Formats: sequence, C-alpha cells, structure tokens
Amino acid sequence: MIPAEAMVPTVTRVTSARRETADTWTLELEPPGGRKAAYRPGQFNMLYAFGVGEVPISISGTARRGGGLLHTVRAAGPVSGAITGLKRGAALGVRGPYGTGWPLDEAAGGDVVLVAGGLGLAPLRPALRALLAGRERYGRVALLYGARRPEEILFRRELEDWRRRLDVEVEVTVDHAGADWHGEVGVVTALVRRAGFDAARTTAMICGPEVMMRFTVAALRQAGVDDARMHLSMERNMKCALGHCGHCQFGADFVCKEGPVLRYDRIRERLAAREI
Amino acid sequence: MENLEQVVKEHAFFRGLDPRFVALLGDCAADVRFDAGAFLFREGDPANHFYLVREGRVALEMASPHAGPHRIQTLGAGEIVGLSWFVAPYRWAYDARALEPTRAVALDALCLRGKLDEDPALGYAVLQRFVPVLIERLQATRLQMIDVYANPGAKKGARR
Repeated sequence: MIPAEAMVPTVTRVTSARRETADTWTLELEPPGGRKAAYRPGQFNMLYAFGVGEVPISISGTARRGGGLLHTVRAAGPVSGAITGLKRGAALGVRGPYGTGWPLDEAAGGDVVLVAGGLGLAPLRPALRALLAGRERYGRVALLYGARRPEEILFRRELEDWRRRLDVEVEVTVDHAGADWHGEVGVVTALVRRAGFDAARTTAMICGPEVMMRFTVAALRQAGVDDARMHLSMERNMKCALGHCGHCQFGADFVCKEGPVLRYDRIRERLAAREI
Repeated sequence: MENLEQVVKEHAFFRGLDPRFVALLGDCAADVRFDAGAFLFREGDPANHFYLVREGRVALEMASPHAGPHRIQTLGAGEIVGLSWFVAPYRWAYDARALEPTRAVALDALCLRGKLDEDPALGYAVLQRFVPVLIERLQATRLQMIDVYANPGAKKGARR
C-alpha cells in the first residue's frame, strides 16, 4: 500500500526560465527547504502544472548558483506546454526524484561513452558533469550528440565549453542542415565509429528516441561494447512514478521504478517488440 | 614519391585486403587534393572516380533552387566518397564539396571496373567492403527520414 502523501506534490517556485530552443525551456526550481536537492543523474521528477496535469521530466542538472534543480522541458502537449509557459516566481507541483540513475560508480576505471539524441542530452548532462567532476576515476570520456537541426542543439554554450577541454571528446552532428552549418551532418550512430574508446572496457550511457537508441546499440555492439555495459534511459507512460499504477509497464519492469535507466542486456528482447 | 599502394592498404576502408588485390587497386590510384570549397564532383557528372578520404572533410549536398543546397552528410578521414561509380549509368546523384583542405586517393572507376570484371575474387572482396557502407548509409537515411527528434507535439494526438 502506498501512503497517500507519496502522491502529493510539493508546491515549488520557478526561480528562472531559460529558453533553449524554439520549443524547449530549462526551468530552475527553488531548492526544497532552501537546501541543495539530492538526486542521482538520470532520475526524474513528476512536475504538476496546476489544473492541467502532471508529467515526468528528467533532471537536467543543478543550477551552478543557488543549487536549484534544472528541468529541461519541450512543449509537446497541454501539460508540457503549460510548464514551459511558466515564468519566474510561478508555482508548480513537484514529486520526486524517482527512478534509477546512470551507473557512474560502475563505470569507474574504464572508458565512458555517452550517446544522446535530441532532448536526450538533458538527462545525460548531469552524468557528464559528474564524470568531469570526478574525472580522475575514468579513462577516456566521450559525448556523442545528435540533434535534428543546428538551431535545435541543446545547451550549446556548455557543449562548446566541454569541447574546449582536453580531457573529453565531444562530437556533435545534426540530421538536417543547409550549407551555412559548418559542423557534421549525419546520424549520431556514425559518430560511434569515429569516437576514441577501448570497447572492451567501455560503459555506454544512451538517451534519446527509442529508434535512435536501438541503432546506437547496434553500432556500439559492432564496435565491441558488451551488452551488459550499455545503459539506456527508457521512456514510458509514467503516472504514479511509484511502481504502483502499472501505466509504465515494460514487460517485467515498471520504467518509473526499475528504470528509467535500464541495462541493455535486461531489456534486449523487449526493445524492438512493438507490442510492448 | 609516396607509395599509393601502401596508402590504399592502410586506409580504413581497405584495411586487411589481400595484398594481391591491393597491388591491383594501386594501379588505379592517384593522389588528389582539394581546396576548401572545391567540388570533388557534381550531380549528373560521370562517376569516373571514387575517393578514399585521408585528411579533411567532405560534404555531400543536393542543390535546391529556392532553399540552397541541402547538406545530407559529412565525411572525413578513413571514409569513402562516391558509390555511383559502381552502378550504371555511372552518374553522380549529388554534389561532393570539400569543407576544408582535403586529401584523398582517387580510384579511377574505369580502371577499377575493368579489374573487377577480370577478377571476380577481387570484385567480391571490394563488394564486401562496399555493401556495409551502402547499408549503413541506407539506415542513416531511414533515420533521417523518420525524423526521430521531431517534436511529437507537432503530430496529431499528442497528449502531454
């Protein structure tokens, strides 16, 4: 039995709202009780737009000043549209954080490849920040990021900062571009072949649309990365976020509880099944 | 003078190829350089070469009268540019333009097709390298076509 208070959101204020792309905003939420919020990179919160509804949103980092939690949201429907419309000082409900995080400790001692597609960079950003904060624990670190178009690249300034570092490889590509774009064009899976990592000791963390993740897994497998060292952030219809309602059931797992980060060898057989 | 046979042998595309075949390919090879902005080839032209990129970056583009060229793909060192040399009517289906100073090995298509016709074992070995590239580019095109990163809210029926 789940106590009723577990379903009650905490009223939280938006402390800043930053536009990332035409339809995507990053909201900074006040830290609960004025303290730096504890979460594991890869986890999500349920955000409730009062009178509209509730949606699961990955935590995309901690504000550098103030310690508020960042959530990067794309206006894709009425609820997310209402959330992206919130201005500084507005209130929304928050429950969480929920779910599993990226295997940052498990990856220590080896190379780490993060592969992000589109908005999938948001849940991977705190993972990369953590990897860089504990840089000495890891071998080579690479971020491979694919976006739809140049103007839809998320966190552009931070990507450029990472790219200037000498201890992390950052490769960015877009699916569609005109001749005024001077970066790479092509799908993110093509970057796997170009990236420098030792497949035998590599942990991969992948987040993006499921089709993109399936093809990324295929490219990583071809490169020699073991199934048990690939981790995917899954998305299903999360409602209660407590593993109770069953809406996010994905075969034997509830994505809200056993996921969203799941090891590939655990979900391998289910991933391409259209019935699940 | 640089030994092009050695360059072909060490290029990622032909790595591991039987030395006998490498020698045959070396007969068809030439060292080429392109300045930034120069075209390797243009859509509709005869597909007389294909290129093993050694340094630099090449964009594959399709011209469009009102929107400017669409950039389909960028390729770099260790990759190949050009597939149409292998299939009749041997005409390029897009433009290829160097984005930065680019160095490549150009393999003469007529010379190469002649050698492949004469030696089916060489033909098979080359096909074994070409087909994975074809499949990879076909898959990439599918992914680009289904527009995986599009906002689902732009599609009918989006709920959240």
